[in-house]
Amino acid sequence: MATVLDSTLLDVRGVRHVFQGAGGADFVALDNVNLALREREIVGLLGRSGSGKSTLLRIVAGLLRPTAGPVVYRGAPVRGPAEGVAMVFQSFALFPWLSVLENVELGLEAQGVAQEEMRRRALAAIDLIGLDGFESAYPRELSGGMRQRVGFARALVVHPNLLLMDEPFSALDVLTAETLRTDFLDLWIEGRMPIKSVLMVTHNIEEAVLMCDRVLVFAPNPGRITAELKIDLPHPRHPLDPAFRSLVDDIYGAMTAQIPATARQPRGGLFPGIGIQMVLPRVSTNRLSGLMETLAAEPYHGRADLPHLAHALHMEVDDLFPIAETLQLLRFAELAEGDIALTEPGRRFAGADLDVRKRLFAEHLLAYVPLAAHVRRVLDDRPSHRAPFMRFREELEDHMSEHDAERTLRAVISWGRYAEAFSYDEQAAVFGLENPS
Amino acid sequence: MTFQTLPTISVESRRFRPNKWDLIVVPLVFGIIALLAHGAGEMAAPLAEVQAQPISLDPRNLPDYALRTTLRMLAAMGASLVFTFTYATLAAKSRRAEMLLIPILDVLQSVPILGYVSFTVTLFLAAFPGSALGAECAAIFAIFTSQAWNMAFSFYQALRTVPRDLDEAARGFRLSGWQRFWRLDVPFAMPGLVWNMMMSMSGGWFFVVAAEAITVGDRTVDLPGIGSYVAVAIEHKDLEAIGWAMLTMLVVILIYDQLLFRPLVAWSEKFRADQAASGAVAESWLLRLLRRARLARAAVAPLRTPLREAMQIRAPRLPVPVGRIERFTLAPATVDWLWFAIMAAAALATGWFLVRFLAPSLDLAEIATVVGLGALTLARVVVLIALASLLWVPVGVWVGQRPRLAQAIQPLAQFFAAFPANLLFPVVVVTIVHFDLAPDIWLSPLMVLGTQWYILFNVVAGARAYPADLSEVSASLRLGGWRRWRRTLLPGVFPYYVTGAVTASGGAWNASIVAEVVSWGDTRLAAHGLGAYIAHATVAADYPRIVLGICVMALFVTLFNRLLWRRLYAYAERRLRLD
Repeated sequence: MATVLDSTLLDVRGVRHVFQGAGGADFVALDNVNLALREREIVGLLGRSGSGKSTLLRIVAGLLRPTAGPVVYRGAPVRGPAEGVAMVFQSFALFPWLSVLENVELGLEAQGVAQEEMRRRALAAIDLIGLDGFESAYPRELSGGMRQRVGFARALVVHPNLLLMDEPFSALDVLTAETLRTDFLDLWIEGRMPIKSVLMVTHNIEEAVLMCDRVLVFAPNPGRITAELKIDLPHPRHPLDPAFRSLVDDIYGAMTAQIPATARQPRGGLFPGIGIQMVLPRVSTNRLSGLMETLAAEPYHGRADLPHLAHALHMEVDDLFPIAETLQLLRFAELAEGDIALTEPGRRFAGADLDVRKRLFAEHLLAYVPLAAHVRRVLDDRPSHRAPFMRFREELEDHMSEHDAERTLRAVISWGRYAEAFSYDEQAAVFGLENPS
Repeated sequence: MTFQTLPTISVESRRFRPNKWDLIVVPLVFGIIALLAHGAGEMAAPLAEVQAQPISLDPRNLPDYALRTTLRMLAAMGASLVFTFTYATLAAKSRRAEMLLIPILDVLQSVPILGYVSFTVTLFLAAFPGSALGAECAAIFAIFTSQAWNMAFSFYQALRTVPRDLDEAARGFRLSGWQRFWRLDVPFAMPGLVWNMMMSMSGGWFFVVAAEAITVGDRTVDLPGIGSYVAVAIEHKDLEAIGWAMLTMLVVILIYDQLLFRPLVAWSEKFRADQAASGAVAESWLLRLLRRARLARAAVAPLRTPLREAMQIRAPRLPVPVGRIERFTLAPATVDWLWFAIMAAAALATGWFLVRFLAPSLDLAEIATVVGLGALTLARVVVLIALASLLWVPVGVWVGQRPRLAQAIQPLAQFFAAFPANLLFPVVVVTIVHFDLAPDIWLSPLMVLGTQWYILFNVVAGARAYPADLSEVSASLRLGGWRRWRRTLLPGVFPYYVTGAVTASGGAWNASIVAEVVSWGDTRLAAHGLGAYIAHATVAADYPRIVLGICVMALFVTLFNRLLWRRLYAYAERRLRLD
């Protein structure tokens, strides 16, 4: 084992994690991920869903064992949940049958701390996190913000060196999230929390710039780190500060850089797989039309800066990117350097009525989505013009996980239905060509 | 919430001073303890003494009999809980154990309850020679077999569906297995478990008569209890005694509903994992009393700390030897094959043993006859469940749309579900004999007597859960009459109906042994069917035929479940879920 620097709390070297699919298809959630976490820093893991950032967090927490690569915490390899590491969950993960005090005491109970000591430390943590007066309440009596405060108190009470946070604020409304973030940062900057470092997963870019000292940008398929940005703005940081804005733009740039400049090039990072093996996201046609209309209208006139667009639409990376990328796949838009621009057909779609839209959509669907074309071809070839769902699903499962195969087919079904390119009978699980008259 | 929650820290100097609630709670608690001790003492009496004292039909004996019966049921419930906590936990935690234990449980619950009795009586009597304890154990075991399986299933289901984030939190904070069991697994399973305990208790009553008056071949033991009382009353054609027995049962059911299940249900509300406050909150006067009575609480307080500490015991964590992980990464597939091989060998061995056991006294023709009888009973079950559904689904929907009525009907249905078929024997026998009816048809309704209520139960629950906005839509679209039922109401309650019908049909199979052979005094009526076959074989102590009958019935029930109910269930899950 290499010598570990004193200030290095956590060392992740070349970690790879593979989920085994049922059809023999493996899904590479993480590939060759390196990360060194020093003391006194907050590191953010940023990326879209499916890019493996939550998987990495769970590996560090000892909840998942990586397929390959060592994870070293304070000089010792991580095997199962380590002492001195605590986690805050997106869904709070409070035990509904335990009161606030009992929930906070739970972590100490597991360490076998004596009763009086346990009570004293729990009350101190509750006091620190601003939950005084709620000790005997049950989680269901609390608002979301208060519940997450319990989540923080429960994590802090065990005096962890490393605090892991899995999108801790994303289940809260905007105002509540703002308050909790500020309170957390105040405690952190004043050094009043017993923690040495924080590793947090987020898909909110502004949140990452607001809180983190370093941001690692993840890309999916396979999940990997594609960029690292250092954020050395002094606290308190202001979202309207030009330096802040330019960092947000940089991160958007880093995230769109993963997408090939024009969709006509051979695919390399847009969606995994080639041809019908491409894993497709489930994006409703309403959102596709909605985004095209928005782009075509004032003030964008067919071209928009993604950070601005996300801000204006109150959308986060996870919501916006799949829509934009699907538009790119369909050649209705192009993505480059943090910008999105409508193509000529995209403009035409935005201005057309429903019938024309459907015709245009069908044309592009069959031309640019190989799986849709494949389904259509199979239906045309068969005398009955019918084909069972499982036929395609099994074909896809040779190349992707069960979960992805299901999702991909569902995406194609919903687009094909809108385009009236083919029909699907859910009850019989059969594709067909006729719509009920 | 209707209840105030117990403040966790309430160290007051006045806490030992009794308040007015203690006036009720303290005598109540001591009274129950004294009664239980009295009844338990009687259980261990010498067997000769029990057999020398025949069951008396004097109604003044009934309170004592009721106490003895209740004790047996509670003991069986305790045993069921222990079984549930161990068996279901093992099945849920170990993948390999699961492969074996869950199919076994599936078969166990389809074996007719009375099938167990004939085998275990001999065993238990031999285990406690000369003491009534042997017979008591046999009776308790019989009741246990009518209670345990569904509880184990519900616990297993709950363990499999523990929310992922709570599981991760428990692991992340490094709770030991023991701590996790009491902090996460048991609380999460509690609401479903309590509900299943109530069902089990009702189911238990149905078989108490058979469990207490044990006859296997020439061995007859009548344990003092309501069941034996009813059996003797039937033998003596004593209608008045039957009436007294019914009354006693009603009172007993009411008492344990109020003293045991109401408080349990109300208490288990706090374990509901869905954080949203639900509309209807179960209430219990007793629980409220217990929470308010100061002296009683103070008296229990010293018990709480050791209990809490017992739940917090940490098993010493074994140090993971270096290299262990590497060694085990290759193994699982090999171990799986080994495990499969062992299971297959065991299955072959038992199969061989079964054939060897049955072959000398049975031939193929007999097996064919028994399968034919099984088909007859199957036809009865199907027709009866269909008829019961036709009756109770509309009634259930109607009742469910009237919340106040639904609340009133719940305990009533619970009483009817517990009502042993034997109590109706006089009416049925007299009617059939008087009108000269065919027993093959007219004995059948006894089979669904107890179990049809599960259909009503569940449909009422479904109709109550039916979303108000959907009702409003059908009203505003002016959907009326049959169309409204077919398009909106029936699909809405269908998932609930399936749950009820599964339980009802399982119960009907079980009840066929009691219901296909009926006697009143010396009049005996029998229908053709698998139940009657098993009942006859039991009376004759013809073990190969008992085994054959049980095997065929278990086969029928399992197949019926797999081929019909599971599919309906899956369909309902997929298409008709309202959420």
